[in-house]
Amino acid sequence: MTFDLIMSNVLQLVWLIPALPLIGFLLNGLGRKMLSKTMAGIVGSGTVLLAFLVSLYVFFQVKGGNSHVAHYFNFINIEGLKIGFDFQVDPLSSIFLLIITGVGFLIHVYSTSYMHEEDPKDFAKYFAYLNLFVFSMLLLVMGANYVIMFIGWEGVGLCSYLLIGYWFKNTNYNNAAKKAFIMNRIGDLGFLLAVFWLISKTGSADYHEVFANLSKLTTRDITGITLLLFVGATGKSAQIPLYTWLPDAMAGPTPVSALIHAATMVTAGIYMIARSNVLYTMAPATQTVVAVVGLATAILAATIALKQNDIKKVLAYSTVSQLGYMFLGLGVGAFTGAVFHVMTHAFFKALLFLGAGSVIHAMGGEQDIRNMGGLKKHMRITHITFLLACFAIAGMPPFSGFFSKDEILAAAYEKNPVLWGIGVAGAMMTAFYMFRLYAMTFLGNFRGTHEQEHHLHESPAAMTMPLIVLAILSVIGGFIGIPEVFMHGGHRLEEFLAPVFAQSNALIKEHHALSHSQEYMLMGISVAAALAALAFAWNKFSKYRKSDKEEAGLGKVLENKWYVDELYDSIIVKPVLAIGKYFNNVVEKRGIDGFVNGVGRAVNYGSRQIRLLQSGQVGAYVLMMVLGILVFFIVQLFL
Amino acid sequence: MEIKWYIGLAVALFCTGVVGVLTRRNSIIIFMCIELMLNAVNLLLVAFSKMHAASPVAQALPNVASDAQLFVFFIMVVAAAEVSVGLAIIVMMYRNIHSVDINFLNRLKN
Repeated sequence: MTFDLIMSNVLQLVWLIPALPLIGFLLNGLGRKMLSKTMAGIVGSGTVLLAFLVSLYVFFQVKGGNSHVAHYFNFINIEGLKIGFDFQVDPLSSIFLLIITGVGFLIHVYSTSYMHEEDPKDFAKYFAYLNLFVFSMLLLVMGANYVIMFIGWEGVGLCSYLLIGYWFKNTNYNNAAKKAFIMNRIGDLGFLLAVFWLISKTGSADYHEVFANLSKLTTRDITGITLLLFVGATGKSAQIPLYTWLPDAMAGPTPVSALIHAATMVTAGIYMIARSNVLYTMAPATQTVVAVVGLATAILAATIALKQNDIKKVLAYSTVSQLGYMFLGLGVGAFTGAVFHVMTHAFFKALLFLGAGSVIHAMGGEQDIRNMGGLKKHMRITHITFLLACFAIAGMPPFSGFFSKDEILAAAYEKNPVLWGIGVAGAMMTAFYMFRLYAMTFLGNFRGTHEQEHHLHESPAAMTMPLIVLAILSVIGGFIGIPEVFMHGGHRLEEFLAPVFAQSNALIKEHHALSHSQEYMLMGISVAAALAALAFAWNKFSKYRKSDKEEAGLGKVLENKWYVDELYDSIIVKPVLAIGKYFNNVVEKRGIDGFVNGVGRAVNYGSRQIRLLQSGQVGAYVLMMVLGILVFFIVQLFL
Repeated sequence: MEIKWYIGLAVALFCTGVVGVLTRRNSIIIFMCIELMLNAVNLLLVAFSKMHAASPVAQALPNVASDAQLFVFFIMVVAAAEVSVGLAIIVMMYRNIHSVDINFLNRLKN
């Protein structure tokens, strides 16, 4: 009885989680001309903090593996199809709720200081967008059917567009925003088609109903649906072939990159696939595609990151690469591992971005790491936290990234040792480029101008506090998923998420677990490889000196991102523009304009000819009249 | 006499009028031709009236035999009035352009 009471309380509170940021958005958005910067910051951060507290409460309620659906009203109600505005809270969504509101809150706090030089009006606008983003993201993870998820999915895309183009007076930033939006739209089309397909076959978009009616779907349906959903995921989560928008999205303010383009929005694709895990387990062909695309993205992005010199670009490619690992995890059936990596990645990547923001702030807007160096002395907290995050992302034990990445790699090994081998190579590159970034930024001598050196300072507390909190989480966050091999029953996260993936796990017939010695060996190899790369990078770049020598060969190709942007430009953008030009110049100007103008000209010409009949000669008029009458007679008498 | 002779005469008169209107330029002659057409129609009206009056159906009804003949007189009166207006117009035309040739009268102004 009491249990029911608690449950009903949860149901009553759940709507508060997205409603709070929405209120924040409305207050900041509508009152942006009246609110002072302090007020805008308090409203923006406060609503997210409250949402975080409610999420925390919800989290403890669903801990037993409960899943609740709260129905509010019918969103679509037509003959044969009913889609409710429903929220679902279960272990999977509650994890995401905590990440979104928790990391989101820290980033809001950070932003109050980072964006302090903006006008009060723009400042409130920025917080309004951020709150709208949090609202959409919460809608995405809380929806109990694919349609509500899609609403959130589009909402985050919109906010991403608005925030990338926040400094919209800069044309390049605007183009980056448009690029992100258009590439996301391509993926969204796949998502939408998949949802239509699902509804047409199962008659519902509710997770519960769809997963209960899987017998209505043939293997072809499932493969098609999962592939289309994956197309949606490649757009939102920046995978090959739709990843190129994410590095460009770094045009936005750095906290935005941390929140949207590292911690939350880009993991929407992983959430969606984890949510649809049953479908994916039933479509092994799609799983292979997911694993291969994920791994290919992880490697491609890692190689590009090796040669980037913009501090945010390195982190952006690193994000793409880490997202690739998550998809690899999903592809090999390690759903828990993927969600685990989403979580740890949210911690350390948000920390890295915020740290980078702190550095950029201190450097007065400079983003090129070739002009940095030696910041260790000037920015103690930023330096320490950044270093911890680097260890975490490089997969050093016992930092959080080690546990999550290792779980994915172990699952990949079970599936196919080749996947594992390539994955380890990627992890090595990760360690290399992260410590190249670290060493070039914080070690060695300062390479910037004197003015910049004079200006160097540690950021204010509003910026360093989130760094410290995230650093703690990056260090200890992995302990909720200690693998079996270290501690029996140590993988609390797996236990927690088990109900969500129960249906999939039941479908997997054979499961050859790795022996403990094998696992130790795999871990040993990956850690040793990463450590070697780390030491090499540290050694090589801590004494980095600026040189004008241009990169040649492969280095140049990597510096230019494998020329993928140029490739897309020449095979897609330019032909589309050419077609547009053709339609504009030929079809529009000659065809449509020609037709419209032709009608006008014909009327003009015709009337000029007919006007000649009006000669003013009475005789001619009479003649015509008589002829007319004769025609009538003939018609009347003979026809 | 059979009705066809009346129709034939009326058509001949009417065609004469039409040809006259179409071919002549003197407005007085055109005017006369118009009157010719009018009277051709009048003649036809009387002829048909007479024909219908002979039918048994019409004889059962009052006034049928005389209605059309009254109409014809009426038309003649109106035509006489119209002739006076038409002649007045021709007089005005002559005063203005010193001619009764309608081909001079081919524009609205001047």
